[in-house]
Amino acid sequence: MTAVYRMPSLGADMEAGTLIEWVKRPGERLAKGDVIAVVETQKGAIEVEVFHDAVMGRPLVQVGETVPVGTPMAELEIEGAPPKTGAAQTGEAAPEPRETAQAATAERPPATESRAERAASGESRHRASPAARREAERRGLALDDLKGTGPDGAIVLRDVSPAAGKAERGATAAEGPAPRRGLDLAAMREAIAAAMARSKREIPHYYLSQTVDLTPAGDWLARRNAELPPEQRVLMGVLFIKAVALTLRDFPELNGFDRGGRFEPAAGIHVGSATAVRGGGLVAPAIHDADQLSLDALMDRLRDLVARVRAGTLRSSELSDPSITVSSLGERGVDRLYGIIYPPQVAIVGFGTPRPRPWVLDDQVVPRTLVTATLSADHRHSDGHRGALFLAQVGQRLQEPETL
Amino acid sequence: MSAEPIETTYREAVREAIRDAIQRDPRVFLMGEDVGRYGGCYAVSKGLYDEFGPERIRDTPLSESGFTGAGIGAAMGGMRPIVEIMTVNFSLLALDQIVNNAATIRHMSGGQLNVPVVIRMACGAGRQLAAQHSHSLESWYASIPGIKVVAPATLEDARGMLWTALEDPDPVLIFEHVMLYNRTGRLSPDTGPVPIEGAAVRRAGDDLTLITYGGSLYKTLEAAETLAAEGVSAEVIDLRSLRPLDDAAIMASVGKTHRAVIVDEGWRTGSLAAEVSARIMEQAFWDLDAPVGRVCSAEVPIPYPKHLEDAALPQVPAILAAAKAALGR
Repeated sequence: MTAVYRMPSLGADMEAGTLIEWVKRPGERLAKGDVIAVVETQKGAIEVEVFHDAVMGRPLVQVGETVPVGTPMAELEIEGAPPKTGAAQTGEAAPEPRETAQAATAERPPATESRAERAASGESRHRASPAARREAERRGLALDDLKGTGPDGAIVLRDVSPAAGKAERGATAAEGPAPRRGLDLAAMREAIAAAMARSKREIPHYYLSQTVDLTPAGDWLARRNAELPPEQRVLMGVLFIKAVALTLRDFPELNGFDRGGRFEPAAGIHVGSATAVRGGGLVAPAIHDADQLSLDALMDRLRDLVARVRAGTLRSSELSDPSITVSSLGERGVDRLYGIIYPPQVAIVGFGTPRPRPWVLDDQVVPRTLVTATLSADHRHSDGHRGALFLAQVGQRLQEPETL
Repeated sequence: MSAEPIETTYREAVREAIRDAIQRDPRVFLMGEDVGRYGGCYAVSKGLYDEFGPERIRDTPLSESGFTGAGIGAAMGGMRPIVEIMTVNFSLLALDQIVNNAATIRHMSGGQLNVPVVIRMACGAGRQLAAQHSHSLESWYASIPGIKVVAPATLEDARGMLWTALEDPDPVLIFEHVMLYNRTGRLSPDTGPVPIEGAAVRRAGDDLTLITYGGSLYKTLEAAETLAAEGVSAEVIDLRSLRPLDDAAIMASVGKTHRAVIVDEGWRTGSLAAEVSARIMEQAFWDLDAPVGRVCSAEVPIPYPKHLEDAALPQVPAILAAAKAALGR
């Protein structure tokens, strides 16, 4: 059957993207997860992936064209039986960009199946006005995520876009400068501003902090790295990510998304690793299933991500999938950081600079390497009690680095 | 150089339009019941008989089918008749002439014969004329291919539409709402002809489109004024032409405001409001942020008692309620 590939949403703050390059040509085979095209966004040139095994069909968007999220970009010939989702019924490969972007990354049957079931039973039929539906599709927002303020809770235009009721935006920016690979730092700054302002406005953050003795982990890491060439050494930041990822298995309420006030647990533990961009700017691309990766594999992923963040060549799933963010300002010398949650995530974990400090151990004041771990979490979906247990477990895991 | 605007009534504007047409074109004449010596049931033609004589201002027998047919024949023969039918309910007696002859002859003669007749009639309720003289049947005529239907609501349109209608090679029906005849305003004496196609935006707004025509225009404008005081910016569209409908103007406005309410004195079932609503659904569905609302007359024969007549017709509070429903308030 013929379906269409649509401009995916790579985050709540993305409205449109510019096609830079078709990686596949008409007639070429695509496996699920293959990169089909490169799209320029505020976060750089992103390699966007397909969500089905398919054959590339006719392109519907020209290279250089800027189109809103949700715009059909190419026809796809899907092989075999159509997948049982609401998407398939309408012949669309990606009716809701967020949903399909998630589906791209992996085997996450729980999320997709429950959605499919709801679609089948008709429960996912939202009361939403035509104008609101169109605007939501254009922006790549799922109606699930929106709270309706119209009659009987219907989703109306103002719920999707506060400004849309007044004036229609131009759909394309054809007159802009020629597209190029790389980062538009000004646009990225705008995107960060929008996301962070929304976070501070809407999310009731609570903040916890815990000092962790990092001496065992530091010693263990030093021994492990001693015999390895520099490119194979593992950084402390990787231990942080792994400790957080493993702990999240016991704290699902911190690993997921706020969807219109409701919590949706993520199907995997995809840790967004906050990465500074030279010249200003910040991206937190996902390390997928971080809890299942060895430290070496995690280190490889992190190196690769950092390099690609700097080159501006991330993949779509890396931007849309993070279920929590870990931010580490270890090299900057600050003692601790209190992060601002990146919506629609519900938590961010921060690590300050590990330093030698006086510490009481067995009734003795001794010099130890200490780090302050913090948690900023969404009080709508978790409470300080659970947050405290979470931080304590992260600290505990760092006492036993060999188990990471 | 434009002359000073003068205070005038809708009735006088129509009369001036007839006088102007008769003076301009020797083929133009007015015919109808009591239009001559009596000066017209609504006094529109008062004084014209004395001014132009019985050749140009012709009293007819009480036979709508007869004199409307005579008007159609005269038009086919090269004249430019203005047929006045006292009120729309009497036009039902001329329905065969209008629907079977006027609307079809150009088509059935393969374009050899056209019917440049203009038929004016009074319509609408509000003057306690009871169930048989208070109809709004213009939507019936607006469903007939082959004729044009206009509803001048302003002094300018009342003054300017007649000449344009006479120039049109096809039959044009002009509906004059009875509650408009006494409306006063200032009109420049050199006001010229106006187009008989296309709607007019009578008030610009962003939040909601109120679509109306004829006698309901001023109630709708009053409602828009009240809404403005409450912070709601309503756009008011006067359809002016009921056939053809100006789809582009309607959709442009709905595309901007995403909400529409149609105010129509006709009965709801099969009304012009129903047609406009259906077109919005067909052409602007994805722009809609709320169901299209309608404010129409109650589906009863229009009552005689004043309070019941008022209750049966679209009034400002009902327009406000429909507007607020569309706004989700």
